[in-house]
Amino acid sequence: MDIVNEVLQKAAREAEKFKPITVEKHLEVEFDVGNLLAFDTNELDTRKLRSATNDYLRDLTRDNTQLLLNKVWELPTKRVDEAIVAELPKPSYLIPRSLPVPKPKEPTKWERFAKEKGIVKNKKAKLLWDETLKKWIPRYGYKRAAAEEQKDWLIELPGNADPMEDQFAKKKKIKDEKVAKNELQRMRNIAKARKIKIPRVGMLSTDRPSTKDLHKAATVAKVSTASVGKFQQSLPKEKPARDVKSLMPVAPAAKRKKPNLTPQQERKSNIDIIDKILNKKPKIDLEAAVNREMHYQDSERSEEKKSQKPKAGRGGKKRSAGAGGGKKGKGKFGGGGGGKPGKASGKPAGKPAGKVRAHGGAGKKGGGGRKRR
Amino acid sequence: MPVLQRIKKPTTHKGKKVLLSKEPQVIENTKQTFLLKGRKTGGIINDCLKDFFSLKKPDAVMLSQKNDILPFEDASFLEQSGKKRDANLFIFGSHTKKRPNNLIIGRLYDYQLLDMVELGVENFTSMIEFKNEKVGLGLKPCLVFNGDLWSQHHEYQRLKNLLVDLFHRETASAVRLQGIEHVIAFTAVEGKIYMKSYRILLKKSGQRTPRIELEEIGPSAEMKLRRTKLASDDLLKTACKQPKELKIKKKKNVTKDNLGTTHGRIHVPKQKIDKLQTRKMKGLKKTSAERKEDRAALKKRRAEQEASGISTKRLRSQS
Repeated sequence: MDIVNEVLQKAAREAEKFKPITVEKHLEVEFDVGNLLAFDTNELDTRKLRSATNDYLRDLTRDNTQLLLNKVWELPTKRVDEAIVAELPKPSYLIPRSLPVPKPKEPTKWERFAKEKGIVKNKKAKLLWDETLKKWIPRYGYKRAAAEEQKDWLIELPGNADPMEDQFAKKKKIKDEKVAKNELQRMRNIAKARKIKIPRVGMLSTDRPSTKDLHKAATVAKVSTASVGKFQQSLPKEKPARDVKSLMPVAPAAKRKKPNLTPQQERKSNIDIIDKILNKKPKIDLEAAVNREMHYQDSERSEEKKSQKPKAGRGGKKRSAGAGGGKKGKGKFGGGGGGKPGKASGKPAGKPAGKVRAHGGAGKKGGGGRKRR
Repeated sequence: MPVLQRIKKPTTHKGKKVLLSKEPQVIENTKQTFLLKGRKTGGIINDCLKDFFSLKKPDAVMLSQKNDILPFEDASFLEQSGKKRDANLFIFGSHTKKRPNNLIIGRLYDYQLLDMVELGVENFTSMIEFKNEKVGLGLKPCLVFNGDLWSQHHEYQRLKNLLVDLFHRETASAVRLQGIEHVIAFTAVEGKIYMKSYRILLKKSGQRTPRIELEEIGPSAEMKLRRTKLASDDLLKTACKQPKELKIKKKKNVTKDNLGTTHGRIHVPKQKIDKLQTRKMKGLKKTSAERKEDRAALKKRRAEQEASGISTKRLRSQS
């Protein structure tokens, strides 16, 4: 027991040498170790503060700093270049940013279209082999331009072009216009991304305006007054030009545009068209078919009759009283043949009854069809 | 209708990089501070600005010219110079009869004024007057806020945020333990703010954590809150918004226990219960006839396999 007491006493003596690192607080101090912050919300001793301001504040701050650093020393440490560093947690006390959170870049019109259509950008080689120059030239850039100049030192006159026309100037103009168009589109994309309304372009000047252009310009000019053309007089038989809606001072109604088809939709519609063509089946109009058949048989019969007429004439001569028999026949069968009594009079009485009956039935049907039409 | 100004594309790579660096970033640079003087400044304010500048170095610029401006009436000059210098914090010192020894601390968000607080300085003692060793340049200080006023009063809450923004330097992922040697303390009591700055002395404590002692190095000041121009709660909220990229996504199926061991839950396929070896019993034993049948079936299967194997081999050799 003596040994234990001795050791304990020794430890106590050792501890006495050092000042404590613990601090007693009525309310717990809040920390944000990530920012090395300490917020002490305890009430201050105003009497002490007044009597010995500096000492009181130093002691108070010392206590709070001790608490904060106790926390820091608890953090996981590592060695970096012979110095011990404590890894700080993420700060919890929020401080405002200096600029807003970056937004994702707005896609251009082409990018939007390409995404809808599933068009993927594929990488192209930077150098291209030129057959005439027999060397590799870049796809774009100043070296490409130099190579082009070297290549096109002469331009062949195309077809029936004016021989006095400067082909080089023409080529340059085309290029300049392409550049200008690209620039316009770039600006339009920027305007759209920044949600700026762009003013309408209006009438563009051309070297040689056509009649249509002039008519358009006149129509637009007429309404471009303070009173939107209300008091402008018009010529007799004057009509406003067409396709000027977008140029008019009154804002045009929002354009309705069909959304682009997605690749799947486009594929489906194309396949549908092919299917329609390949699986084409003749449409059967039953009634029309029957009518045609009837007509065919009728005409056949009439043909037959025509071809038999000379024979019938002979037959008729044999039996002149055949007409009376015909009348009787009409009453008996009520056939289609009966519809034409004049003709029936020439009918051979000696014809097989079955055939006549069959024709008669068909004739009735056909008659009904005709009525419906 | 506003006419869109032509936006020129940068012609050089360097120019492009400069423009890109001016755009909002996910992880921002340390906020820069600019200190400037008003129409008239007294000795106290001059010393004060100097000391603040030395506390803020190297993330600060001191503008030497006098400026005939009144920030609480028109802050546009501060916004402009903030944009010009890409600085978001400002300290403006002035001295008038109405507001002697006036110090305006403020910050910008998106180059627009966010917060602005006016402080009247009394009992100022500059750093030079404390004849002792100072702290190293650019060290991250500890900030201590004493008093319940900092959490109770709206204006003080904002001022606390502003002071943290002004003095915390930069967010660091790690800090050198021997490099923590500066404390700035703000004590708010009875309408007064005491600002004190101390050097930390690390003493032995017989444990790993050292005993802290403080030595005042200045500046020390008593300040009084005067006018304020604070941002609306909405604006402050948008200004404090953190980008999505910085938010930590929770890792699924990974846990840590109290001993600090990491546990991961992995996919375990369904157990085949029908093939599980359970307790052997006489009643479930196969009879001799069944066993014979099984053996015959096995033999047959093997023979078939062999035959097919030979046939495939032959085919291969032929081809």
